[in-house]
Amino acid sequence: MRDYVYQRPVVLGLLLCTATVALVLTGMLAGSTGLDDWHALGALLGLMPADADSGMLAQIVWQIRMPRSIGAWLAGALLGLAGALAQAVFRNPLADPYLLGSASGASLGVCLALVAMDGSLVAMPWLARLGLTGAAFVGAILAVAMTAALASGMAQTLRLLLAGVVVAVVLGAATSLVLQMYPHLLQSMQGFMLGSTAFVGWDSCALMLAALLPGLGLAMVLGRWLDGLALGEQTAASLGLPVQPMRWILIITLALATGAAVAHTGLIAFVGLAAPHITRRMVRWGSRHGVLLASLMGGLLLVAADLLARVVIAPRELPVGVLTALIGGAYLLWLMRRHKQGGGVS
Amino acid sequence: MKPLSPAALQVTGLHVALSGAKVLHDVHASIPRGRWVSIVGPNGAGKSTLLAAMAGLLPVQGRVELGGEDLQAMPAARRAQQLAWMGQGESVGDDLSALDLTLLGRLPHQSWFSGLDAADQALAEQALRDMHAWQWRERYVGTLSGGERQRVLLARALAVQAPVLLLDEPLANLDPPHQADWLDLMRSLVTAGTTVVSVLHEISMALQADELLVMQQGRVVHQGACTDALSHRALESVFDDRIQVRTVDGQLVALPRSTRR
Repeated sequence: MRDYVYQRPVVLGLLLCTATVALVLTGMLAGSTGLDDWHALGALLGLMPADADSGMLAQIVWQIRMPRSIGAWLAGALLGLAGALAQAVFRNPLADPYLLGSASGASLGVCLALVAMDGSLVAMPWLARLGLTGAAFVGAILAVAMTAALASGMAQTLRLLLAGVVVAVVLGAATSLVLQMYPHLLQSMQGFMLGSTAFVGWDSCALMLAALLPGLGLAMVLGRWLDGLALGEQTAASLGLPVQPMRWILIITLALATGAAVAHTGLIAFVGLAAPHITRRMVRWGSRHGVLLASLMGGLLLVAADLLARVVIAPRELPVGVLTALIGGAYLLWLMRRHKQGGGVS
Repeated sequence: MKPLSPAALQVTGLHVALSGAKVLHDVHASIPRGRWVSIVGPNGAGKSTLLAAMAGLLPVQGRVELGGEDLQAMPAARRAQQLAWMGQGESVGDDLSALDLTLLGRLPHQSWFSGLDAADQALAEQALRDMHAWQWRERYVGTLSGGERQRVLLARALAVQAPVLLLDEPLANLDPPHQADWLDLMRSLVTAGTTVVSVLHEISMALQADELLVMQQGRVVHQGACTDALSHRALESVFDDRIQVRTVDGQLVALPRSTRR
């Protein structure tokens, strides 16, 4: 019998929630001079008397740091959800939500939306952010449709993954081409390509939450059917599962989750891969609770990475996508090494 | 009330093409209710394709009837409750425990929003016990040996509790004692009224069934009782007379026939 760290999924869920709340609160203290704004946090929570300085700081915490930390959690949760869905749909524990070219499609969508709005990611009104989310979603869906067309359908997993790589490269080149034509967008897009939570405000949080809740609900309703997909298409069909419609629904949900995260935080690598993977190692997997836990884990990972990115070289900041790429790359290398030694990837 | 069809499965004028290549040609077969029929034949005869077509898993020309009803027109959920299928070399989620995998056999009996109830749990546990796989119910499938995994997959098919059981190479990776256990289990299922159709490469095991359905080059060339001499002749013929059916200690066995003198 496998020794899981947590035999009961609810225990892991509660721990993830507790750690997330602790990190989000810590994130409110993280300013340009490190973790030092205790007074502002106390004033905001009504635990300390407010003065002029703390009033301003409280505004910074409320308007900038809090939405940023919560936005990081939401983006991570969306990526964790997308990762768990990708791994179930493609029956591969190393599948990633950025497969099928969805992230490249979302990037191109955001890039084209910025061209159309002639805008910058800073101080963008919520309607424009909604447009950006829509553009990212449409880009992600179109990329998935191109991948499916190139692979002649969704049935052959390997062909689908290879087609996803081709689409990602082509759409990445198209984004570069657009940026060559509109060089004034380079700065905005650079932050976006490196992955950053710096532009996330309350409106972004609301939009990401609006994508996360139905996605999670759907994934949990389909939970046991997701497990059925693990048996292979023919066996799943023999159990009465509508395999092809299910694949499409899940891939659209995956694209929506990826598009929503990418539209507001840019390209953040490895969270979608690592979150379900770490969860599988900690608790007995079942898709119904697994998808929720992977989503909570993704949120926690990105909040932690965001906090680290803000304080590690304060007063400067690391782009959070760079940090997740470095940590995630090391994790993947360790995983591959372990796999090579016969330990298995799961 | 519609009279109960004597045939559990009826195949009429069945043609199947896979990737553009014709695999089955004008196949006719009748699987009697409450009997065990073994499909046998050389490699590439179309045995697994016929079984998958009988399970409603392939696009076909012709007609397959389950209990007198057109299988293609039957709602997927009802078909899945009536007919359990286990494929050859079935893939599994390595992250699932043996019990969780077996519980997936109860999916045809669940709606979108309903979860597992105590009866589902009890049926899955009984299926694991029947396949002598109970002791590793908590182990996750990725750690099981080929034979252990096969027994869990068989338990998954049994847990469906369908009146018709279609099994493709169910004895793969099973050692002789567990093959004997499987034979006993099939016999008791058939006695209880279950219809079993199996594709088997081990001809001696296939001869333990009630009937043989002998295939060659995408066609059914013979269907008859396992004890019938005509069935033995058909069997020897499709294998180019490289096997011979004999009775040893009251049991039918297929022995290889050497071409060297």
